[in-house]
Amino acid sequence: MNRSGPSQRKTKADVRGSETVVKLGPDIKAKIGQQLRLMYSEVVDQGVPERFVEMLKRLDEATDEGIEE
Amino acid sequence: MSRRNDVRDAMLAAVPSLRAFAISLCGNIDRADDLVQETLLRAWANLGSFQPGTNMSAWLFTILRNLFRSEYRKRRREVEDAEGSYAESLTSLPDQNSRLEIGEFREALKMLPPEQRESLILVGASGFSYEEAAQICGCAVGTIKSRVNRARTRLAEILSIDSASDFGPDRETRAVVNSS
Repeated sequence: MNRSGPSQRKTKADVRGSETVVKLGPDIKAKIGQQLRLMYSEVVDQGVPERFVEMLKRLDEATDEGIEE
Repeated sequence: MSRRNDVRDAMLAAVPSLRAFAISLCGNIDRADDLVQETLLRAWANLGSFQPGTNMSAWLFTILRNLFRSEYRKRRREVEDAEGSYAESLTSLPDQNSRLEIGEFREALKMLPPEQRESLILVGASGFSYEEAAQICGCAVGTIKSRVNRARTRLAEILSIDSASDFGPDRETRAVVNSS
C-alpha cells in the first residue's frame, strides 16, 4: 500500500475527534458505501429464517380462527 | 383474505433487511432476531394503523427502531458485553482480506454515536431515501443529512482513509481502531 510517512498520519490523528470538517471526496463516500452494503449483505444474504415464516403463518391462522367469516 | 396474504408477504420480504438493521443496532444476532420477532408481532397486532399503499418496510423499521430504543436504555451494559457472537454468526466472505476489512469497518461503525450510525445505515445500506430515514427516526430530513455527513466524515477519520486505495487493514488503521 502506498502511503506517506508518519507525519501525514499525525495530521490525520490531530483531526480525529475534533469538530474539524474534513472534505470527503466522492471516492471515499463510494468506498464507505461499498463497505456498508457489504456488511449489510452478509446478513441479508441469509434470507428469511424459518422461524419467521412459521410465526407469520401461525399469526395468520390465529387471525382466521378469530374471525368468523 | 388476499390482502392479509399481501401483508404477510410484504412482512417476510422485509425480514432480511430488518435483521441486518437490527444487528447493526444491537450487535448480536440472537438479540437481533428477537427484536425482529417482536417487531413482526407488534406490526401484526397493529395492522389497523398501517395505511395500505404506504411503505411497509419503512413502517416495520420504525417499529423496530422504537422497540430497540426502549429496550436499549434498559440493557445498555449487557449489550456492550455481548458483541462477540456477531462475528461468529456471519457466513463466510469471499476472501480473508475483505473479512478483515469488514471487521475493522464494523469496529469503526461502533465508535459512531448511535444516531449517526443508524442514519448512515438506513441511507447507505438499507436503501431508504433521506425522507424515509427521517420518517423512521422521527426527525427532520436536514437532521438525517447532517448525521449521515458527520458519520461519513468520522468513519473516514477513524479508518484514516485518504483515498479509496488507502482503505483496508494495515498496522496504523488497526492501531487507531484498537486505541479506543
